[in-house]
Amino acid sequence: MKKHHVSTTINGDEVDFLCETSETLLDVLRDHLHLTGAKEGCGTGDCGACSVTLDGVLVCSCLVLGVEAEGKEIETIEGMADGDELHPLQRKFVEHIALQCGICTPGLLISARSLLEKNPNPTEEEVRFGLAGNLCRCTGYQNIIEAVMDAAQEMRGA
Amino acid sequence: MTEMKYEVPTSLDDAVALLADGKGNAKVLAGGTDVLVQMHMDLIEPDLIVDIKNISELRQITKEKDGYRFGAAVSGVELMDHEDFCQTWPGIMDGVSLIGSLQVKGRASVGGNVCNASPAADSVPAMIAAGATATIVGPKGKRDIPVEEIATGPGQTSLEDGEIVVSFFLPNSAPGTGGAYQRFTPRTEMDIAVVGVGISLTLGDDGVCSSAKVALGAVAATALIAEAAAAALVGTKVDKAALDNLAAAASAACKPIDDKRGTKEYRIKVAGVLARRVALIALERALGGKE
Ligand SMILES: Cc1cc2nc3c(=O)[nH]c(=O)nc-3n(C[C@@H](O)[C@@H](O)[C@H](O)COP(=O)(O)OP(=O)(O)OC[C@H]3O[C@@H](n4cnc5c(N)ncnc54)[C@H](O)[C@@H]3O)c2cc1C
Ligand code: FES
Ligand code: FES
Repeated sequence: MKKHHVSTTINGDEVDFLCETSETLLDVLRDHLHLTGAKEGCGTGDCGACSVTLDGVLVCSCLVLGVEAEGKEIETIEGMADGDELHPLQRKFVEHIALQCGICTPGLLISARSLLEKNPNPTEEEVRFGLAGNLCRCTGYQNIIEAVMDAAQEMRGA
Repeated sequence: MTEMKYEVPTSLDDAVALLADGKGNAKVLAGGTDVLVQMHMDLIEPDLIVDIKNISELRQITKEKDGYRFGAAVSGVELMDHEDFCQTWPGIMDGVSLIGSLQVKGRASVGGNVCNASPAADSVPAMIAAGATATIVGPKGKRDIPVEEIATGPGQTSLEDGEIVVSFFLPNSAPGTGGAYQRFTPRTEMDIAVVGVGISLTLGDDGVCSSAKVALGAVAATALIAEAAAAALVGTKVDKAALDNLAAAASAACKPIDDKRGTKEYRIKVAGVLARRVALIALERALGGKE
């Protein structure tokens, strides 16, 4: 079967891959590139566990075809920490115990970062709205919201 | 299984030619938030996917002399980030901002929302109420039709093989016009409308409603235009009596089904309640526009 040759930038690195039309960006990230941070919770856009950014726009990678990534810049959870230095959101998730099983965490972190880039000083309601596309079956969300609010404050230097 | 091809044309002519070659089993891909879900669930198995996102006409938002035009593949987030569009068309944005999560809106287009032809599509009632038209190209050339003429039933459209919606046009509204859309869902986010109501109304200098359009979603096989409901507002100051008549007419217009989200009776009742609320928001916006 003829495969597509796709050239992208992932977390700042130039990455080329081969994929079939039917493969999603999530399939490519996980199965071909072994970037398994993004999770498949549903495969239908409902859970947000597969969240990544595509040219800076938050998307569900299960709703993007691998071939659509041609020429695009992708950011995944693997690019969030700076070496051993966790991103403030990651650190606050740990401090606030904002996770249990952790399946939703990579997606939530990517969504939260995207939210804070657009709105560095969100209200609690804005955080809840901004993260509404990320489902968590374990935590009840409260600690996640607190972690994001706390990280936002730290990132504002307040 | 045959091989699924993927093409990403950069001109309308190329897209139309590809779709014509695809002979019926070619699928247009915009944001993919319906197409990929349908592929994932094995509901569709196209031989060819024609990605229309690299065609510039489908991606632009432009203010023209007589109104606003936006490409059918413009994403929800692109509309939300366009301040002037949002200020000019708050009713349309009520609908667009309800389409799924931010992740979904990062991809989902109004073109896809309209062409997927779900009776509950949230952008559709407000588009109809605002008098939006769609520009369509296909093998036989170009045509313009009102948005309400695209969906013909659940998942069915009047588009012929090889036709693509290029853009939508929203004609400038008269001074004193306000539009709004609200839906009712069991959850507040990430759910499908049980009823959706879009209303556009115009007030004269005397504060009397001179024209109105009411569109109902999720209460029939396609979005409905409720003429009697609009007539209940015209000639009134949108007072309590007018709102009562509007609610009764909106309920009367519904031809709903029973499903897990709500029974027929429930949908009929909610349509009236919601129509009243939406009219009040549209009224407030119409008054705001006059100050
Ligand atoms: C988790 C989730 C939640 C959702 N919630 C809502 C919601 O609350 N309210 C709501 O209304 N919708 C909701 N949706 C559906 C919504 O995302 C889609 O209807 C979307 O608007 C379709 O746009 P798209 O660009 O993704 O279209 P695509 O999926 O690319 O296409 C949709 C259909 O339209 C056709 N098509 C697309 N563009 C054109 C064109 N220009 N010309 C001709 N045909 C075309 C395609 O061939 C396909 O049949 C949700 C979806 C998901 C995954
Ligand atoms: S796996 Fe993509 S949204 Fe659930
Ligand atoms: S921590 Fe388990 S789903 Fe969120």
